[in-house]
Amino acid sequence: MSGNRTLWRFHGGLHLEGHKALSTGQPIRTAATPPQLVLPLQQHIGLPAKPLVAVGERVLKGQLLAHPEGHVSAAIHASSSGTVVAIEERAVPHPSGLTAPCIVIDTDGTDEWCALTPHPDYKLLDHGELRNLIRDAGIVGLGGAGFPSFIKLNPGGRTAIETLILNGAECEPYISCDDMLMRERPQEVVKGARIMRHALQARYCLIGIEDNKPEAAAALRRALDEMGEREIEVVLVPTRYPTGGERQLIKVLTGKEVPSQGLPLDVGVVCHNVTTAAAVHRAVERGEPLISRIVTITGQGARQPQNIETRIGTPIDWLLEQAGGTQGRYRLLMGGPMMGFALHDTRLPTIKTSNCLLLASEAELPPPAPAMPCIRCGECARVCPAQLLPQQLYWHSRAKEFDKVQDYSLFDCIECGCCAYVCPSRLPLVQFYRYAKTEIWSQERERQAADLARERHAFREFRKEREKAEKAARHKAKAQAVQQDGNEETKKAAIQAAMERAKAKRENAEVAPKNTDNLTPEQQRKVDEIEARRADTRAAEGDRQPAVEGANHARPGTEDT
Amino acid sequence: MLTSILALVALAAAFGLLLGYAAVRFKVESDPILDKVDAILPQTQCGQCGFPGCRPYAEAIANGEADINRCPPGGETVILALADLLGVDPKPLDAEVGEERPRTVAVIDEQLCIGCTLCIQACPVDAILGAAKQMHTVIAKECTGCALCVEPCPVDCIAMVPLPAEPASWKWPFPSTDAGATTTTTEAQPS
Repeated sequence: MSGNRTLWRFHGGLHLEGHKALSTGQPIRTAATPPQLVLPLQQHIGLPAKPLVAVGERVLKGQLLAHPEGHVSAAIHASSSGTVVAIEERAVPHPSGLTAPCIVIDTDGTDEWCALTPHPDYKLLDHGELRNLIRDAGIVGLGGAGFPSFIKLNPGGRTAIETLILNGAECEPYISCDDMLMRERPQEVVKGARIMRHALQARYCLIGIEDNKPEAAAALRRALDEMGEREIEVVLVPTRYPTGGERQLIKVLTGKEVPSQGLPLDVGVVCHNVTTAAAVHRAVERGEPLISRIVTITGQGARQPQNIETRIGTPIDWLLEQAGGTQGRYRLLMGGPMMGFALHDTRLPTIKTSNCLLLASEAELPPPAPAMPCIRCGECARVCPAQLLPQQLYWHSRAKEFDKVQDYSLFDCIECGCCAYVCPSRLPLVQFYRYAKTEIWSQERERQAADLARERHAFREFRKEREKAEKAARHKAKAQAVQQDGNEETKKAAIQAAMERAKAKRENAEVAPKNTDNLTPEQQRKVDEIEARRADTRAAEGDRQPAVEGANHARPGTEDT
Repeated sequence: MLTSILALVALAAAFGLLLGYAAVRFKVESDPILDKVDAILPQTQCGQCGFPGCRPYAEAIANGEADINRCPPGGETVILALADLLGVDPKPLDAEVGEERPRTVAVIDEQLCIGCTLCIQACPVDAILGAAKQMHTVIAKECTGCALCVEPCPVDCIAMVPLPAEPASWKWPFPSTDAGATTTTTEAQPS
């Protein structure tokens, strides 16, 4: 199970100074529980998760906090026990420096686990059950991409999976979290690999490691021997950036080229990171969801560069204090020097994809020199591992010719930064590609919004027309009904009927005074008495006192005075 | 002589029939240019161009009755795309119709809404939900930001607010190639 395997070579790439020994000197430490955890609802590719807890609720370590929304999404779990104090917008580690919805937990220090359901024998589970377990554990690609892992654990429907590749290349300088995991916990990687292989029904399983990590390879081989595992092979591959790119590693190990716009699945390969494999083992065999990861803290700005197992959601400033503090002036990057992005704030949380915090001094990451015009030297094309034409991509991105830039397969660019690294004019090439990509996505979103608006507007117009037609039809029907009984006789009858109706209504409307009808004999007697009295009074008045203003009292007997 | 005339007549008849059949069989119901123009327009249905919607404006453009620079929501992108499609020179947005603004979404202040349904009748894409004397609300996902609902509201409870910035829809800025601009990162301010 060793060495003489044929290896291939991918196009381009670079030899970079590793700087890995900086952070591999000490064993992996475990960070304490921070007083507060901030868990963004989106730490992965796809849709943000949907919160299941309410503010004020007490949660236990490992409890599900947010449920995946839609197919491409991942669950979020509590990394320690405590109380949910807020579900609100907080700054998240993202190149934009924007805020996003987060669940904030004040920890109680007891670190109390919720009930876990381990499945010690994964072989009893079929691939569907395994996939669900891995989905519910919130596992995403821990190499940095953050793609929900369960989606990549489907045995191929169209093509059977031939090879499962575990990516332990870790080609980017400074980062050493996968290296330390393989050195210290090789069993976890191997156990995870077995589960993944079972889920995928893959024939072969290879673990690819760059040859600058002999300790990791040796530890894994020892673990494979101890566990009697003969079906998984550790392969050392030449150290060349970016061997850790999925397509590049597949090419090196199998000689297969993943087609442009295609997936590794198209060539019968599935590729997962070694740290993801360890997380799969923990999720299935121990029942533990993904609530922590190993983070490399390195660079000359770190007082004690190291790898530290960190709860997801730990604030970075708190974590840096745990790891021995900082020194001097530095730039803080999440990820490595080639593909990482700058953080604008140290209070941001660490998330599932935070593999490295690079505290780079000015000497390590000098501010770039001013860009000069492109001299068309072609160095960028020589080093491009995706065999693209970076220069053409640059020109078209710069000119905002977004369809032309897609003709040159912009979306096959993995943003590894090799082209910008070798550019003698120091053009910020990757920035141009990122700019073009996000512009194209934005245009696509706008196009979809326009399609929706067109459809809704068309339906509204249709509805208005329909309502108009219906109204017209009603009027017509009524007019026709009148017209149909239009001869003289019926007309007269109708008029007669209408007149009678009106008369009946009028008669009904003449309301008889209620106080003179249906009187009881007693009432009637009183009324009669009053009437008699009134008659008497009138007679008396008529005799004695002629009323001057008699015209106003138009009563008989007062007229002739 | 006669043979050749007959042959030509026969050919002419055959092709005439073929073309006649093709004209019926492959008849295009609507103007293809019209659909292409309509596909480019942003479909806000705002009427700022002076036509009662995007489709009528597209018809006017396709018939050569309207200029291509009368769509403020589409802005420069739409003008360039239309110029490219129609093979005419791009020109700046007609100042008469307004200026290009970032996209907005209508928000109803639900405390103030009296449920008059006037905005519902004004909305060109049925993005407002509500009934008479019931509170109304805007379905933000379907709102095109046309602002046609603002005018009819008798209590001025509708505001047009810019779309919130979020990481998922965030765009990388156009790179600066000046001195000090960075290749892979931007400057952080560690505390």
